[in-house]
Amino acid sequence: MKTKASDYETSAMKVMEKLGQPLVEMEDWYCCGAVQSLTEDDIMHQIAPIRTMCCAQEQGEDEVVTLCDMCYNVLRQANDRMKDKEDDLETMNEFLDEDPDYEGGVEVYHLFHILKGMEDEIKDAVEMPLDDLVVAPYYGCMLLRPDNVAVDETEDPEIMEDMLELLGVKVLENPKRTECCGSYHTVNRSDIVEKRVEDIVSYAVEEGAEAIVLSCPLCQFNLDFHQRATDFDVPIFYITELMALAFGLDIDMKNHKIDPRSLLKEKGILE
Amino acid sequence: MTPDKAEDEGNEDVEMVEIFVMGKRYRVPKGLTIMTALEYAGYKFTRGCGCRGGFCGACSTVFRTEDEYKLKMDLACQTAVEDGMFLVQLPFMPAVRAMYDIEEVEPEEHDNILLDHYPEIARCVSCNTCTKACPQDIEVMDYVQAALRGDVERCADLSFDCIQCGLCSIRCPADIKHYHMAQMARRITGRYIHEHSDELEKRVQEIKNGEYDETMKEMVEMEIDKLKKTYEERDIREEG
Repeated sequence: MKTKASDYETSAMKVMEKLGQPLVEMEDWYCCGAVQSLTEDDIMHQIAPIRTMCCAQEQGEDEVVTLCDMCYNVLRQANDRMKDKEDDLETMNEFLDEDPDYEGGVEVYHLFHILKGMEDEIKDAVEMPLDDLVVAPYYGCMLLRPDNVAVDETEDPEIMEDMLELLGVKVLENPKRTECCGSYHTVNRSDIVEKRVEDIVSYAVEEGAEAIVLSCPLCQFNLDFHQRATDFDVPIFYITELMALAFGLDIDMKNHKIDPRSLLKEKGILE
Repeated sequence: MTPDKAEDEGNEDVEMVEIFVMGKRYRVPKGLTIMTALEYAGYKFTRGCGCRGGFCGACSTVFRTEDEYKLKMDLACQTAVEDGMFLVQLPFMPAVRAMYDIEEVEPEEHDNILLDHYPEIARCVSCNTCTKACPQDIEVMDYVQAALRGDVERCADLSFDCIQCGLCSIRCPADIKHYHMAQMARRITGRYIHEHSDELEKRVQEIKNGEYDETMKEMVEMEIDKLKKTYEERDIREEG
C-alpha cells in the first residue's frame, strides 16, 4: 500500500474524504503477514495481526478498516479466532507479556463494508458518470473465502457490481470473478500465475471488457504485470480509482504496468 | 585466583555476591559491572570488549537472575552483577551483512531498497522479542516494520541509538538481521534523505588542509589527566 499499491491508497483516501467519511491511518500498525496461518496450534503467526488490534485498542478505537483484501482476510480471521477461542486469547496475552492485553473489543472491516451503506453519498458525488466504460468486476479469493469472513455471498457476490453501477459504468457478468489469480505463487511460480491470468483476462475480453476492476493489491499486481505473458493489455483498476475519476478527483495512476490513460482518453474520461 | 581467596583478600566491609560464569561459581564484590566482575574473577578480555562506556556494543552478554525463568540480554560494561546471577559473554555475532554501493541505493528509484537487500525482514511475525532484547531500549520491531513499508527515514530515526551489538538478531525467531539492515537505512538516510550539510563539507576540507594537525599532535602527546580535563571542559555548542 505504501509502495507498489500506492495508487489504491491515495485514490481511496481521496474518495473517502469526498464522501465525507475520511480514513485516518493508524498511528502504528504491523504487517499482518499477508497469508492467514490455518494451523490450529500455531499462535505465533496470529501475533502480528493481533498486535494491530492492540494498537487500535490503545489508540481508543474499536473499528479498523482495511483497503487490502489480504490484510482484511488475515486481520478478520485472527481477530475472530481471538473472540471465539478464549484459550487462544489467553495464550496470546501471556505471550504479549509486558505489552497490554488484547481485550477482543475491536472489529475489522473492509472498505466495501463502509461503502455498502453509502450508496446515496456515492450517487451524489458522481460528477462525471463513466457511461462509456465496460468493465469486468473481479473479487479473487480474499474478500470471499472462508465464508465466515466474506464481505458478500461467497459464490454469487454483487457488492462490487452495485458500487460500479452507481458510477455509471457498464458492468459485465463475470463468472470468473471469484477465481484465484495465483496469489503469492507470483514469487517463484510465475507459470501458475500466468495461466490464471490468461484464463481470467481472456474470458473478460471475450465478453467485451475494456478493463477489469478489483480491490486487492496482489490481484492487481498479478493481473497487471503477468499480462505480459499473454496477448492482452487490459488495464486493471482499483475500484477507488474509478470512483475518483467519476467524482472528478485528480489521481496519478503511477503504478500501473499497463497504462490505463489511453483507454481513459479514448473514452473521454481523461483529457 | 580462586573464589575463596578473592573473598579473603577483599576488604571486610565490601559486600560480596555470588555469580556463576558459564556454570562456575565465583564470589565478587557487589557493585561491579559484569565486565569488571569477570576480570575480578580472573578472566581476561582479548575480544568482546571495547569502549567500556556503553557505546561500542562489543560486550553483549546473556544472563539470568535467580528465581527468574527469562534469559536477559545487556551490555556487560553497563550492567551491575547481582547475587545469584548466571552469565556468559558473547564474543562476536557472525550475522550476514548485505553488500551494496551507496551510490546505487537511492530509495526513490526502488520499490523497497531495504527489503531488496534484506528480504528476510518480510518474515517478521511481530513477536517483539528483538525489542525486549535491546540494551538500548530501541523499538526494534517497529523499525523493522517501518522498513517493510519502505519507510527508510523512520527506520533510521527509530534505530538511531543502535550500537550494533546484535542481541536482537540472536533472539529473533525469524532470523532477521535487524541491526545491519537498520545501519543500511541510516546510511541511505544520510546519503539521500537528510539535507546536505555545508558545515560538514567545510570541516572535512579544513581537516584535509591540515588545519587541525597541530592540535591533534598536542592531544596525542598530552598527559592523560590533562587530556581528561580538556575533554570535560570542552566547548559544546548547540547546532545552528
